[in-house]
Amino acid sequence: MGVIQRIKKPTTRKGKKVLLSREPKAIEGPKQCIFLQARNPSERARNVLKDIYNLKKPDAAYLSRKNDFVPFEDATLIEKLCYKKEASLFGVSSHSKKRPHNVVLGRTFDYNILDMIELGVDSFKAMSEFHNIKVLTGIKPCLLFNGPAWLLNQDLKRLKNVLTDFFHRDKVETIRLQGLEHVLSFTATDDGTIYLRSYRILLKKSGQRTPRVELEEIGPSIDFKLRRTMLASDDLCIEACKVPKELKPIAKKNRSTDAFGTKLGRIHMGKQDINRLQTRKMKGLRKSAEEKKQMLLKKKLAKKTAKQATASA
Amino acid sequence: MDIVNEILEREQKKAEKYKPITVEKHLELDIDVGTLLATDTNDLDIKSLSSDSERDTYLQSLARDNAQLLLNKIWELPTERIDEAIVVRLPAPKTVLPRSKPVPKPKPLSKWQEFAKAKGITKRKKDKLQWDEQLQKWVPLYGFKRSAAEKQKDWLIEVPQHIDPLTDMYEKKSSEKSEKVAKNELQRLKNIARAKKVKIPRVGLPVTSDKASATQLSTAAVVAKASTASLGKFQDKLPKEKEARGKGVHELIPGKERKRKAPIPTPQVEKENNLNLIDRILNKRPKIDMEKAVSKHIHEEQTQRSEEKKNMKPSKGPRKAKGKTNFSAKKPKAGKGQRNPGKKTPGRKRR
Repeated sequence: MGVIQRIKKPTTRKGKKVLLSREPKAIEGPKQCIFLQARNPSERARNVLKDIYNLKKPDAAYLSRKNDFVPFEDATLIEKLCYKKEASLFGVSSHSKKRPHNVVLGRTFDYNILDMIELGVDSFKAMSEFHNIKVLTGIKPCLLFNGPAWLLNQDLKRLKNVLTDFFHRDKVETIRLQGLEHVLSFTATDDGTIYLRSYRILLKKSGQRTPRVELEEIGPSIDFKLRRTMLASDDLCIEACKVPKELKPIAKKNRSTDAFGTKLGRIHMGKQDINRLQTRKMKGLRKSAEEKKQMLLKKKLAKKTAKQATASA
Repeated sequence: MDIVNEILEREQKKAEKYKPITVEKHLELDIDVGTLLATDTNDLDIKSLSSDSERDTYLQSLARDNAQLLLNKIWELPTERIDEAIVVRLPAPKTVLPRSKPVPKPKPLSKWQEFAKAKGITKRKKDKLQWDEQLQKWVPLYGFKRSAAEKQKDWLIEVPQHIDPLTDMYEKKSSEKSEKVAKNELQRLKNIARAKKVKIPRVGLPVTSDKASATQLSTAAVVAKASTASLGKFQDKLPKEKEARGKGVHELIPGKERKRKAPIPTPQVEKENNLNLIDRILNKRPKIDMEKAVSKHIHEEQTQRSEEKKNMKPSKGPRKAKGKTNFSAKKPKAGKGQRNPGKKTPGRKRR
């Protein structure tokens, strides 16, 4: 008899490796990002995304083909491309009469859209227009959020989280002091304008251990205007922000040290299931056929008496 | 005193040479050193932000101040030396960022693994190569060169005394092997179904290469008979036919599942139940059907009014025309052919 329907497994070793690498992990690496073009993006919108791509570079891909879709109406293409490219951040550029120079920034969770925020580009000065030395690619920038609006406006609050997600790169334990050379500053006003500025840090002598900071603008310099938003529900957010059990710090319970420095611990034992305990098997303890019969009879009798007792009561 | 003054003066001169590293802020910054993030909630200077010429310098000075504050915090942290570079150990980030994929779930155990865990059975490691006395060489446990060695060993298989002398032992062996593979595959699928909590039907008859037993056959017959739309109710019966019972029958035939009788309650429990029942009946409150009551009230009012009208004399004079014509200057919009000026229609779709 042959096997009818096998559940498909990867046929090659490499395919298996790829599938394994795509499985969810407790500790995730830096989020990958894709940049794509929607319907007829303007040059300005395209260049904005290109500059953001340059800032994000080792963890990003710029897809140069135009796609006929509107992110806020149908985001399936984004989800599909994110799945294909293993990305969870995306940027889309588009342009229309109603929404000129449109840039949509967003992120996905489990290949489904989590947040999507639409920004209009009011003015833009590209990185290449600043003629000076740029920072190294792949460097972790310092992020500055200026203005009370970042705290008061709910949309801006989420946008702050999205921007942090975009630019913070990766969680690091140590950082080289000389490697702190990039500052991204986001200034939000009450009317929903966001000024993005990017600076290189110059560390000057201050006569003390801590240096004096001077900044030099390296671009890009973008003035965004907040437009539509599509934010995740609170439930989904909580689900997405879950911390795996193995990463949570373990609380040390029932441990103490006495005056002499001896470690003391209190142990709680679970209840042992005695019924299933296997004791030593011995021939002498085995029940003979007659004994078994008698036990059965006894059981029957007990049942009968119980029945009678209930009937009489 | 002169020396003290001199030293103080010198220090002051030294300090004047450099620009300060302190920044004064009305509200303190919210700094998350772990992500290198600083949030400044102080009010912005709207005047310089709105003017085109001053904006960039203002933003730069603002960013400089905040960057200085952030770097001051970083420089306070303890430093280390790794490969001739001075590094700072950052604390854990405070900002919570969403994951890109859900938290991994532990792989569900197979039935055997569960059993082995309960019994404390651990896997024993087997050597990949074993010495074969018959062939006088090392034979792998599986894989490359295993089947060749097997073939070499089994150049002749004895037919046992108790079976048909004409059986092909090689065929028997291969069929046994394929059966084992099939069984393993079935168990694998069952494990997958169990892990995904899919209910799978019981397999009626175990696959056997030999003859089926009488009970198996009778089970199969009963199940087959019940496989009609009316669950075999109108099927003819054979003389002396026995209804099969037990495993395999009631799981496969709907409605054949035996329901367990509730255990006989003890007198105390029975008494309590009865008392509860009486209490429930006695404590019942009349339910008020609000809808019914309201409609009843309305009906009474209407009848009363109609009677009043009947008693009154009919009014004189011509009746004025009621109802207004709606003169609206607006052009009717697209709305599926129904004109309803009062209702706002979505109109043409714009993108």
